[in-house]
Amino acid sequence: MSSKEWPLWEIFIRSKQGLSHKHVGSLRAADAQMAIDNARDVYTRRSEGISIWVIESKLVTASDPDESAEFFEPSESKIYRHPTFYNVPDGISHM
Amino acid sequence: MSTKNIEELEREFQAKIDADIKIEPNDWMPEGYRKTLMRQISQHAHSEIVGMLPEGNWITRAPSLKRKAVLLAKVQDEAGHGLYLYSAAETLGLDREKSIDDLHSGKAKYSSIFNYPTLTWADMGTIGWLVDGAAIMNQVPLCRCSYGPYARAMVRVCKEESFHQRQGFEIVSLLANGTAEQKQMAQDSLNRFWWPALMMFGPNDDNSPNSAQSIKWKIKRSSNDELRQQFIDVTVTQAEMVGLTIPDKDLKWNEARGSYDFGTINWEEFNQVIQGNGPCNKERIDARRNAKENGAWVREAANAFAEKRKKKELTH
Ligand SMILES: [Fe+2]
Ligand SMILES: [Fe+2]
Repeated sequence: MSSKEWPLWEIFIRSKQGLSHKHVGSLRAADAQMAIDNARDVYTRRSEGISIWVIESKLVTASDPDESAEFFEPSESKIYRHPTFYNVPDGISHM
Repeated sequence: MSTKNIEELEREFQAKIDADIKIEPNDWMPEGYRKTLMRQISQHAHSEIVGMLPEGNWITRAPSLKRKAVLLAKVQDEAGHGLYLYSAAETLGLDREKSIDDLHSGKAKYSSIFNYPTLTWADMGTIGWLVDGAAIMNQVPLCRCSYGPYARAMVRVCKEESFHQRQGFEIVSLLANGTAEQKQMAQDSLNRFWWPALMMFGPNDDNSPNSAQSIKWKIKRSSNDELRQQFIDVTVTQAEMVGLTIPDKDLKWNEARGSYDFGTINWEEFNQVIQGNGPCNKERIDARRNAKENGAWVREAANAFAEKRKKKELTH
């Protein structure tokens, strides 16, 4: 008896036209097409989606949470990238 | 590379928990936190899957096509709940196959309630009303659990559970307002399920040694006794509304506490069922084992089909 386990897939669902696909969870399936079929049954039983992406979990490369402080520091320190950094004089509108 | 020692890491971890920052799969976490969650989430997953059996028992005998479609949809949802939860547990490093084998060998636990038989159609009503009702009580606070994947799975689960409870309550209230025999059937079902439903919240707080740590880690957000009390307080009124009697002669409104006082739970029965000696433990595990063994050819066929499809793609 073959005991080969089905690989794990990450599931992304677009809930409606105009929105991007969003990660909803994972599941196991023998291949990509079957992962899509299973994802329909597991994650869209109440019309939660109109489009499904699947990707094998082992293909995802993630940033390292232990290094996230250093890694994201460059954007933390650049407060001048936000509009609230600037003073807009009273009486100026549409800006 | 991080050179922090374990005490520092644990302190930082607890600080995150205290600040209500969710823990995600790749974050550092104490081994105890990981183990507690793996046990709790896998037990929860097993409960969803075993929980399909008592209701699955009535799908072919539902009294109408509508009830059959509803029951089928509910049981299918429970399968989905099991899958969300196994996936959440896998993010902690759980080996899904091994965990399922542990269920089948009797090593892993699942909710004691599913070891009671479903003798009449009224039980489909009572299960939705009380068992899903108690599950909702337990699960709503888990939506705020500190572990992200578990909390997210719980949000999905809770959204789906409310239909489960409502369809059950609808069955119960129709029977309770039906003929004398139908009403008796509903009352008998309530009599059998009331106490086991209260046991779903687990042992009394004094006998729940790991609860304090789980609450500190925000895995649990309320104690067993708090949730049980909450459940009793809302359910008594519902029973009164449909004209059924809660089978507890000690049940009495306590003005000072603003809650119902209730009788003593038979913990000996609870322990027996947990240890495998409930009325249906053997039947449930046998059914799961058979499902896995008899379904082996389907999993193999899927693998073979995947192989074939891959070869075809390569030659194109
Ligand atoms: Fe469920
Ligand atoms: Fe349910």
